[in-house]
Amino acid sequence: MTPRFRDLLALEPLSADELTFLLDQSKPFQEIQRHPLKKLATLRGKTVALAFFENSTRTRISFGTAASRLGADTMNLQAEASSLKKGETLLDTAFNLNAMKPDCLVMRHSASGAPHYVARHLDIPVINAGDGTHEHPSQGLLDALTIRDRKGTINNLNVTILGDLQHSRVARSNIHLLGKFGCRFTLCGPSMWVPRELEKIAAGTPVRCVYRIEEALEGADVIIMLRVQTERLHEPSISPNDYILGYQLNAERLKRAKPDAIVLHPGPMNRGIEIAPEVADGPQSCVLEQVTNGVAVRMAILYLLVTGAAEDGSHPALQVPVEHNRRATDRVPAKKDS
Amino acid sequence: MSAAEIDRTLQRVAHEIVEKSGGTKHLALIGIRRRGVPLAQRIAQAMRGIDGVDVPVGILDITLYRDDLSKVAPQAVLQSSDIKFDVDDMDLVLVDDVLYTGRTIRAAMNGLFDLGRPRRVSLCVLIDRGHREMPIEAQYVGRNIQTSDTEIVEVRLREIDNEERVMLVDRKE
Repeated sequence: MTPRFRDLLALEPLSADELTFLLDQSKPFQEIQRHPLKKLATLRGKTVALAFFENSTRTRISFGTAASRLGADTMNLQAEASSLKKGETLLDTAFNLNAMKPDCLVMRHSASGAPHYVARHLDIPVINAGDGTHEHPSQGLLDALTIRDRKGTINNLNVTILGDLQHSRVARSNIHLLGKFGCRFTLCGPSMWVPRELEKIAAGTPVRCVYRIEEALEGADVIIMLRVQTERLHEPSISPNDYILGYQLNAERLKRAKPDAIVLHPGPMNRGIEIAPEVADGPQSCVLEQVTNGVAVRMAILYLLVTGAAEDGSHPALQVPVEHNRRATDRVPAKKDS
Repeated sequence: MSAAEIDRTLQRVAHEIVEKSGGTKHLALIGIRRRGVPLAQRIAQAMRGIDGVDVPVGILDITLYRDDLSKVAPQAVLQSSDIKFDVDDMDLVLVDDVLYTGRTIRAAMNGLFDLGRPRRVSLCVLIDRGHREMPIEAQYVGRNIQTSDTEIVEVRLREIDNEERVMLVDRKE
């Protein structure tokens, strides 16, 4: 049976079949990126609300581009200019956005679980564009698509993730997705960023933490770099020079990985800090393919979720009763009995 | 319609297309998913027998161009289109199994024009069953069939269905 999706909040609960389906549905949209005329009318008349309570450039532009290439309009909320600064609660902001009748809400928030909380109170599909240190599902999908295109498969690969694992939602989405396809993970970075608990992050998925980059790269098929997130730290706990010395991926170190290993980076890159320019621009780097694939993956997600919602606002996948009670203030049309 | 009849019909249609197009030089066939695809491939093969030339065949998935998404087909599964040649200045023949309301063809043309500017687009169908809702006609028709709205034309092709015939059946209530 074809999987059905109401929201896209996390990759952890999705099965290998559902994840494969999402990757396969992105393929037609990869082709459209190569067309001379990239604009479709598939979601004409639909509106996608982009609510970024935390800063983002790439993901917001990517979702915005995906929506407009599908023919949808977007409404934008950005943290700086929003009434959040004036004390409005997250839920009130969400209700206000919803009152402008978008067909879908894409949201990023610095609190883990915030999109789940909002999704429980809204009848429209909610897409998590990154929540705290929890997950970044569309990034996980676009990484998997990029790996599948380059390596021909995402099954049983040795995946090394380098950097600030502790704070990385990208790493969590990667592990939850690729782990379901038998990939083995090696996590590496300064010890305060790579806590041992991460070895138990996904039941059944082999994850090991190592603290020497040379050891971490040995035999890797895929290397996923993470940005050194200085803004998440109250004080830099390791100096840039020490980081470069200990953990920068350069051409010499890359030789320890398999000769056909590929390098991914979710961006923005700190060129010369976590990744050396010769690697970032080298033939093994996939960073720009990731960006192109990001638009395709997000088009697939928007297509599936927005066309899944019926005309009267009730969602076909909502035929299972939702266990959470709606609030009295939540004036959304009652869902149809099936 | 039997397998032999389908085969003869496609041979005739292939001849018609070559004749009317004045050769196969700028000609290309576009099969509409799903059953237009094997039909287009078979017509191309028949043309090889006529002109000795390989006519390019493309595949078009029209799901993204439908006008009834989210009404009757929520989360409709997408498949890839596969058109490897440049459609600019080509004589394209869209190929499908059944012509009914004309909406599929409307969607297919939208998809085609996103790829470029063909010189001419014509339409070839195995069955024309009438009941048009759009000003669309086929230039090459295998067979015209009188139908009522409650009937379904079922085309079964060996490449997809493991059997080969065309049947007129009543819509199951």
